[in-house]
Amino acid sequence: MSDETAWQPSSIELGRRAVRRSRGMRSILIGLGSTLLFAAIVWITVVNTPGWSAVQKAFFDPETFVESIPLVAKGFLLNLRVLGYSVVSVAILGMLLAFLRTLRGPVFFPLRALATGYTDLFRGTPLIIVLYLVGFGIPALQGRTGSVIPAEILGTIAITLTYSAYVSEVLRAGIESVHPSQRLAARSLGLSHAQSMRIVLIPQAIRRVTPALMNDFVSMQKDVGLISVLGAVDAVRAAQIIKAQSFNFTPYVVAGLLFVLLAIPTIRFTDWYTARLRAREQAGSIV
Amino acid sequence: MSEVLRLEGIRKSYGVTPVLRGIDLTVNRHEVIAVIGASGSGKSTLLRTINLLETIDDGQIWLADAAGTLEDISDPRAKADAIRARIGFVFQHLNLFPHLSVLDNVTLASRAVLRVPRATAEATGLELLDRIGLADKARAFPDQLSGGQQQRAAIVRAVATNPALLLLDEITSALDPELVGGVLELVRELGAEGATIVMATHEMAFAREVASRVVFLDQGVIVEQGTPAQVFGAPRQDRTREFLSRFMS
Repeated sequence: MSDETAWQPSSIELGRRAVRRSRGMRSILIGLGSTLLFAAIVWITVVNTPGWSAVQKAFFDPETFVESIPLVAKGFLLNLRVLGYSVVSVAILGMLLAFLRTLRGPVFFPLRALATGYTDLFRGTPLIIVLYLVGFGIPALQGRTGSVIPAEILGTIAITLTYSAYVSEVLRAGIESVHPSQRLAARSLGLSHAQSMRIVLIPQAIRRVTPALMNDFVSMQKDVGLISVLGAVDAVRAAQIIKAQSFNFTPYVVAGLLFVLLAIPTIRFTDWYTARLRAREQAGSIV
Repeated sequence: MSEVLRLEGIRKSYGVTPVLRGIDLTVNRHEVIAVIGASGSGKSTLLRTINLLETIDDGQIWLADAAGTLEDISDPRAKADAIRARIGFVFQHLNLFPHLSVLDNVTLASRAVLRVPRATAEATGLELLDRIGLADKARAFPDQLSGGQQQRAAIVRAVATNPALLLLDEITSALDPELVGGVLELVRELGAEGATIVMATHEMAFAREVASRVVFLDQGVIVEQGTPAQVFGAPRQDRTREFLSRFMS
């Protein structure tokens, strides 16, 4: 121990550190320089295209930008509500479907087949078609008598139908990626199939597929913008309304920016969360 | 001597490959039985069938209940989860759940299967961990333990529910040689305290010292069984002699 406190890096080590430092500095400068150069080239190319001034006016008009923020932002709150409902319902339905697909034994064949058919159907159908079918089909079922179902509910149903199919597949892949010995160890302790799933397999599976789940979440964040086809005044529809009045596309840029701003924290959070899990469990060594 | 386990005519094959071809075995309380045999002789399969992790093709498995009465656990109507909770099982490796702390691993069966309150289960769990010198690792995750510590934790997890029978499936085979000793020492202690143990093992010296009976399995049948002194010292069957000579050399 006394050795440790008295230790001073040798001159060889100091030399190595100096080399590493200067190399690191050089890499940073090269990276920065090439990024700036690339940005400058893109900027100069775009600015010098013949239609640039017209495009700038139609898409990046500062006045329209500021004016459209309140209405687009108000519409965006609807997108956020639909997103909130959908996250909860997708989590529940996706987990249920994944669980059904892992059931063993011939008794559960109908349930397994049902879950398989469901994921096949809704992974294959474009979301916009599901939105049309749900958004106009379900209200039509009521005939002329029923009360009006709000578009945000219909939108939530459509998004849930589609995304729970994706999410259940991700979860199922995660569950199947857990080493079979973990299931055996859980069953050998006397845990039931459901307990083994809940306590042992699903927690490990979710940790593993968190990046994939978050990826689905990000793509869901922007797909809630599609509910505008149902007539709800969300961010996209609000932008459309302003565009129809002002003949300017800038509101779409505003709506686009709002969606990007929503996505970035999620993406960063995912990176941070997975890194933390890895550090805590030192995963990768056995599982 | 009261019987804890009785196997009658156990048969099991994987596809067309027969693995167990009629096993008869009786295990009495406080016995430590070492099952020896070459790789592929059916040792692991035998242990797994006892724990109902494999369904058998024929035969019967009887396990003593709390009152000491033998119950046919190979009956499909038997409550498999409750029966597994009465049998401790330790695998070769990957026993512990990496996302749960060591203490949660040890107390899981008590809490989830026997419905023991968390505080009680944790008190018992800490006692067990203290015994194997891992009390300070209770809140650590399995990956932060050495392979030997993981196996010892897996063993105390298996005994945490006071099982009537402990099955050990080559628990030192995946360990570095210097870690084997501590794990075997724990098994020796449990045996000395009166646990009923059936272990599949390649540690012949350990089997000779600790086992009360040695069972030699070859190609899915019990070729010979007896006291360690008899089986190792004066094997009656040619196949046993051949196996032991290959192993000892």
